[in-house]
Amino acid sequence: MKFSIKVTLKKDVLDPQGKVVRQTLQNMGMDTLLNVRQGKYFEVEIDENNESKAKNKVEDMCKKLLVNLIIEDFKILKI
Amino acid sequence: MNSSVIVFPGSNCDRDIAVALKKLKFQNTMVWHKDTTLPKSDLIVIPGGFSYGDYLRSGAIAAKSNILKEVIKSANEGCLVLGICNGFQILTETGLLKGVLLRNKNLKFIGKDIYVKTINTDNKFCHKYAQNQVLKFNIAHNEGNYFTNPDHIKNLEDKNLIPFKYCDEKGNIDEKNNPNGSLNNIAGIFNDKKNILGMMPHPERMVDQIISSDDGINLFTSLLN
Repeated sequence: MKFSIKVTLKKDVLDPQGKVVRQTLQNMGMDTLLNVRQGKYFEVEIDENNESKAKNKVEDMCKKLLVNLIIEDFKILKI
Repeated sequence: MNSSVIVFPGSNCDRDIAVALKKLKFQNTMVWHKDTTLPKSDLIVIPGGFSYGDYLRSGAIAAKSNILKEVIKSANEGCLVLGICNGFQILTETGLLKGVLLRNKNLKFIGKDIYVKTINTDNKFCHKYAQNQVLKFNIAHNEGNYFTNPDHIKNLEDKNLIPFKYCDEKGNIDEKNNPNGSLNNIAGIFNDKKNILGMMPHPERMVDQIISSDDGINLFTSLLN
């Protein structure tokens, strides 16, 4: 079973990389662009047939390693 | 005094700290990250570098290594722990120290000498320094921008858990002299019991007047007494 994990910075955490990407896009002429936030994306494959069990395991992986909960949020989707 | 320096793949300040410890008469042992036991230690040092190539987040993989389980156990029993640079990042990833080190505000790797002021010297690591002393240290990092929640910042300030803050040569602490964007110019923090110190500057690079400066010596000699 495959899942995608989207990791994003929490709203109040400064994202200097996203800011530079935004400025560069704006300099390239994308003048309707308002904001850019940069994040991370994982795909994990897990040997488990029960979807809710599998999802719990992925959530555990997020909390224990993949995500720093002080600064990041995550979203898990089955793919 | 017995010290242990933990070595990860990608550590690059482990030899420097070992030389500093030896010079200041510590009985030091190097400990590989895969080891499952720690030698008898009064001080554990987690050195600077780029453990595991900074994969995922700086310090995130090292924080889950075999030996860190033992370090966490010893730290919780009161053993002195010093994390320098990547060592500080690793300590925050384990949860032994709260908060996180974000990418430097200016997005640049910063490698240069800076000044810090001693804010709290009433602890085992800093008592040989004078209060409000200005020290020249060296920083070399990409993620040194200390961030934490407002309650924890208040706790750090109220309980005097901040030993060093970035400043200028005269000791002025302001945004202009904050190299990486750290909250309140924080260069290092303690846990509540003050047996765990995490700091971004490298005191081990400042133990020889001929090479650099000797402003780092008192940090180690404080521990000896």
